[in-house]
Amino acid sequence: MKRNTAGKVLLLIALSSIASLAAITFFIFKEGLPLIFKVGIINFLTGKEWSPSGGEFGILPMILSSVWITLGALVIGVPTGISCAVFLAEIIGDKTRLLASIPSVVYGFIGVVILVPFIRETFGGPGFSLLAGSIILGIMILPTIISISTDSLKAVPDSFREASISMGATRWQTTIFITLRAARTGILASVILGMGRAIGETMAVIMVAGNALNIPHSPLDPIRPLTSNIALEMGYATGDHQKALFATGVILFIFIMILNVTATYISRLGLKTDSLSKGQNK
Amino acid sequence: MGFRYPKLLVPALSATLICLFLSSCGKGYAGKIILAGSTSVEPFAELWAEAYAVTHPEVNVIIQGGGSSAGVESALTGTSDIGMSSRELKPEEEFDSGGQKILHIVPVAFDAIAVIANAKSPLTNITSAQLRNLFAGHIDKLDARPVTVVTREEGSGTRKSFEESVMKAPGSKTMERISNSALVQDSNGAIREIVAGDPNAIGYISLGLVDKRVKPLAIDNILPTVETIKNGNYKIVRRFLFVLKTRNNPLSEDFIKFCLSPEGQNLVAKKGLIKIKETK
Repeated sequence: MKRNTAGKVLLLIALSSIASLAAITFFIFKEGLPLIFKVGIINFLTGKEWSPSGGEFGILPMILSSVWITLGALVIGVPTGISCAVFLAEIIGDKTRLLASIPSVVYGFIGVVILVPFIRETFGGPGFSLLAGSIILGIMILPTIISISTDSLKAVPDSFREASISMGATRWQTTIFITLRAARTGILASVILGMGRAIGETMAVIMVAGNALNIPHSPLDPIRPLTSNIALEMGYATGDHQKALFATGVILFIFIMILNVTATYISRLGLKTDSLSKGQNK
Repeated sequence: MGFRYPKLLVPALSATLICLFLSSCGKGYAGKIILAGSTSVEPFAELWAEAYAVTHPEVNVIIQGGGSSAGVESALTGTSDIGMSSRELKPEEEFDSGGQKILHIVPVAFDAIAVIANAKSPLTNITSAQLRNLFAGHIDKLDARPVTVVTREEGSGTRKSFEESVMKAPGSKTMERISNSALVQDSNGAIREIVAGDPNAIGYISLGLVDKRVKPLAIDNILPTVETIKNGNYKIVRRFLFVLKTRNNPLSEDFIKFCLSPEGQNLVAKKGLIKIKETK
């Protein structure tokens, strides 16, 4: 009897969290879609001018900024993160998850105080740039990549390593060709989760990326990703301007959905090939 | 048996929490006034609220930010008693579709917008044409030194006032757009931080918020000072407004009376605003 009630209460709580998620989705689309149709979906996605008070709603620069800053973060975060994970799992024990608990505003602050002046003095330009944003995001996604990759490396059975070493492979060859290969699904999942964090991060990016509206042509150009656009202008926006920010949210939402679906698909694909190769080995 | 905690722990904790809760809401205010809106007006409204609390401890004045548009909205919907705005109201905000006045406007101070550069910058003066060309993106150098321009986000009251007084060429009716390559920040403070850190940056902020690390530039040889603002020579000036749905709330009216009194006006004048009755 008692157990039954507890189960029901838990179910209710779980459902309410799903319901609020559904409500958020519904609300974003309800507020954003009418404006997208009013402006025209092609104009909205490919327009280069964003000037809500002048009636121009083009978010191409922000879409490109989001893509570039996410790629930049991956270029910096993935090699570092995976190397770190290999070091932690294969060479010493795991001791670092501290980075994950640092609030993003602190990363942003470090970026503004140290990174931005450094870039300005070393490479020129304003310092607030795609490069600064990518480096900060690259560091921010490290905990995600490191912890999940470490776990999946540790999950590789020792028999794999032993077999490889007994065949005469060095430790380096074993790590690169056997352990990393065996753990690739988990590592891929960590990269995609990191990507999700990078594309959705707002606070730290607003602080270091400069938020200019042009399409970036070099890593030293200031950029404004989709998230920053919403957070920057929400406070003062009314009418169509506010609707346009919701519409930006719709695009961001779709972006992240595509990312998630791809991630699930890839990791399923990975699992399939894994089991296939295992089957052949028998 | 599992872990057993002292029997008194739960009642003791609950009692503490209840006491805390009661003490926090048990101050017994006779009434409260909520002000919400412009982040430019906010620091000055806080000054007023602090001074007002000394003589009227029975009234709880609550100041919230959110931006000019949010302030106007909140006054309209009644989530605040007084909305704060650093820009003039749009006609559709002041009147309903039938032309009926729906919001009352009370100007409470004048604020100059200072064009600022890093304290170490050799710049001291800039012409209005140079300023316009810099922000429009037609030029990116002054005296062969590169310049980084920093602007406020679209929708900001400060940006609107700046555009209206700077981005219109004399004799021209159309306003030039601020360049897409300008850096954008969403508060006076953030712009000040960038300019304070970058010797090449130029931005604009509320004069009251200029500190030692940045310096206001003279525009066409006119520095923003109390004198030049009062006699109308310095052009980038805007009004700080309180907006109210009704003028029948005695609490709000008394607070506004205090803000407009010599005492209230002196208070913000000391921090760089210009008293409402003293211009032109």
